[in-house]
Amino acid sequence: MTQKKFTGTRAYIATDDLKMAVNASVTLERPILIKGEPGTGKTQLAIEVASALGKPLLEWHIKSTTKAQQGLYDYDAVARLRDSQLGDDRVHDIANYIVPGKLWEAFESDVQPVLLIDEIDKADIEFPNDLLQELDRMEFFVYETKQVVKAKNRPIIIITSNNEKELPDAFLRRCFFHYIKFPDKETMEQIVNVHFPDLKKALLKEALEAFYKVRDVRGLKKKPSTSELLDWIKLLLAEDIPPEVLRAGDSRKAIPPLYGALLKNEQDVHLFEQLVFLDRRGNA
Amino acid sequence: MLIEFFFMLKKGGLKPSITELLTLLEAMEKGVAGQSVDDFYYLSRSCLVKDEAQYDRFDKVFAAHFQGIEDAYKALLADVPEEWLRKQAELFLSAEELAAVEAMGGFDELMNALRERLEEQDERHEGGSKWIGTAGTSPFGAYGYNPEGMRIGQQGSRHRRGVKVWDRREYRNLDDKVELGTRNIKIALRRLRKFAREGAADQLDLEDTIDKTARNAGLLDIRMVPERHNAIKVLLCLDIGGSMDDHVRICEEMFSAARTEFKHLEYFYFHNFVYESLWKDNRRRHAEKVPTSEITHKYGPDYKLVFVGDATMSPYEIVYPGGSVEHWNEEPGAVWIKRLLNAYPKAIWLNPEPKERWDYTPSIKLARELMDDRMFPLTIRGLDDGIKRLN
Repeated sequence: MTQKKFTGTRAYIATDDLKMAVNASVTLERPILIKGEPGTGKTQLAIEVASALGKPLLEWHIKSTTKAQQGLYDYDAVARLRDSQLGDDRVHDIANYIVPGKLWEAFESDVQPVLLIDEIDKADIEFPNDLLQELDRMEFFVYETKQVVKAKNRPIIIITSNNEKELPDAFLRRCFFHYIKFPDKETMEQIVNVHFPDLKKALLKEALEAFYKVRDVRGLKKKPSTSELLDWIKLLLAEDIPPEVLRAGDSRKAIPPLYGALLKNEQDVHLFEQLVFLDRRGNA
Repeated sequence: MLIEFFFMLKKGGLKPSITELLTLLEAMEKGVAGQSVDDFYYLSRSCLVKDEAQYDRFDKVFAAHFQGIEDAYKALLADVPEEWLRKQAELFLSAEELAAVEAMGGFDELMNALRERLEEQDERHEGGSKWIGTAGTSPFGAYGYNPEGMRIGQQGSRHRRGVKVWDRREYRNLDDKVELGTRNIKIALRRLRKFAREGAADQLDLEDTIDKTARNAGLLDIRMVPERHNAIKVLLCLDIGGSMDDHVRICEEMFSAARTEFKHLEYFYFHNFVYESLWKDNRRRHAEKVPTSEITHKYGPDYKLVFVGDATMSPYEIVYPGGSVEHWNEEPGAVWIKRLLNAYPKAIWLNPEPKERWDYTPSIKLARELMDDRMFPLTIRGLDDGIKRLN
């Protein structure tokens, strides 16, 4: 069976290196780890891969309290205890109280699914280590029922990380790796075009210019990213702001309108205002 | 295959593993990378490099290794049987080999000769001294011996020239003096754990429930307990500025690791040595100081005290009143550290300066004596030893 290749979708522009990494992972049926600045479309990638390859998507969002075991299965001892009190017949079969987790679901799936393990770095430091065997062999053992759950089709596993914690080497070795770097202007133009096909050229040009200018400001706590740019353009369109307004430096409105979509914390806004002020004074 | 490249990456400071190399080969076998060097570059990077900070190093090694390969590769692909050249990167040359190639008239000449011979030859070949194949002495092929040769499809280097095992120092990386990474620090800090159950009871205590239910003649009696968490309390005092600038990175790592590991972590900064006041915010260090005595009152003796500092300064700064470089201190630092140590019996000092230098710096010696020798280097090993003293 030949796999379809991932080439990006109508709503998602993938760079060559990203396509290569995804295709390698799909072909070899090994997990791929995606890192990158927040808002560069890491999570979106899984959704797009699933839709491009026509496969079902399973999402497992990781929180700081998530344990690896929860991805495999949960044994609902309390429910069983309750049933035993009520004299329910179900109680005799322990399998009735085993609740499959996301990995189990992915392994059981009749068609090869795409499994997204989102923000793996949020979990406890040992979390990735606890999944080594499961990701490697794509099988695990259920102690309660003495059964081995083995993947019918090795799922395409896409793991994202925001780099809040370093991941263990043993885990990294088992994955393909891709770092989504911040798109350059050309790619960004493509991305915006995909989302707002009817955008006026002039507005796009000015918006991108203003956007990269904001990104270039040193010392920002959180640089605006692709998703923020898209939000901002949506706002600009909604407010019907003419492109000329965006041209900074020649008017008192040096701060881009609706900047709230781009700068997300007070210090950044403050810093930006200060810089603009200094700049204006320098020019005067 | 690609062994040379693999080792060059290692030499270049990257840490590819054999599994990763095998993955790369497998991917190439399955034809993931198409016909261009770009594809191969992306594929190999995705397989072998797992940290974007290392991308640059990878690029350098890649460029050095595959220089000129692209054109030669294109030329070759045109008229050479696919079978022999299935994987583009099976061809590779090291610096020495390149030099040797000069002896044959340069790279192009070698490539031409290779292509000519490949065209002349029409079957798989083994042994012999001219044809391309395996186990021969022709410059082309594998499992053979010719320093000017090109290797095609050989699985490993067969002629590892006599280096004694101990000289190879293969296990250098297991040396516990290696620099700390956040992950390593966290693992080390884990030893400093004392689990306790405090707060709201929100977890089912299965054992107790079963026990109580049984005692209750089988009627369900659910028992809850609070979640278990690390109850250790740490007071971290960090030296900042001056000679500590060299150690900023490692201290930051230490700090970020400690912050996520301990729920009860209090931290304060000092400059060079502790005096009557410390501060929490470096930008407002002169405006918002916290008196040291207030700290000892506020945080009980169950806190473990950890100093992080290089203790490198003039000895006057420790032993004389007014010795501080930043302000006039009524009482010497030595008195203040004694007070702190009295308040917190469990205390250590972590020093980022290499241990070898400690004896040559009088102030380190002094601080060490004041700490009753509880000073440890800021390495994995030192951290481990230090934490043992804290327990």
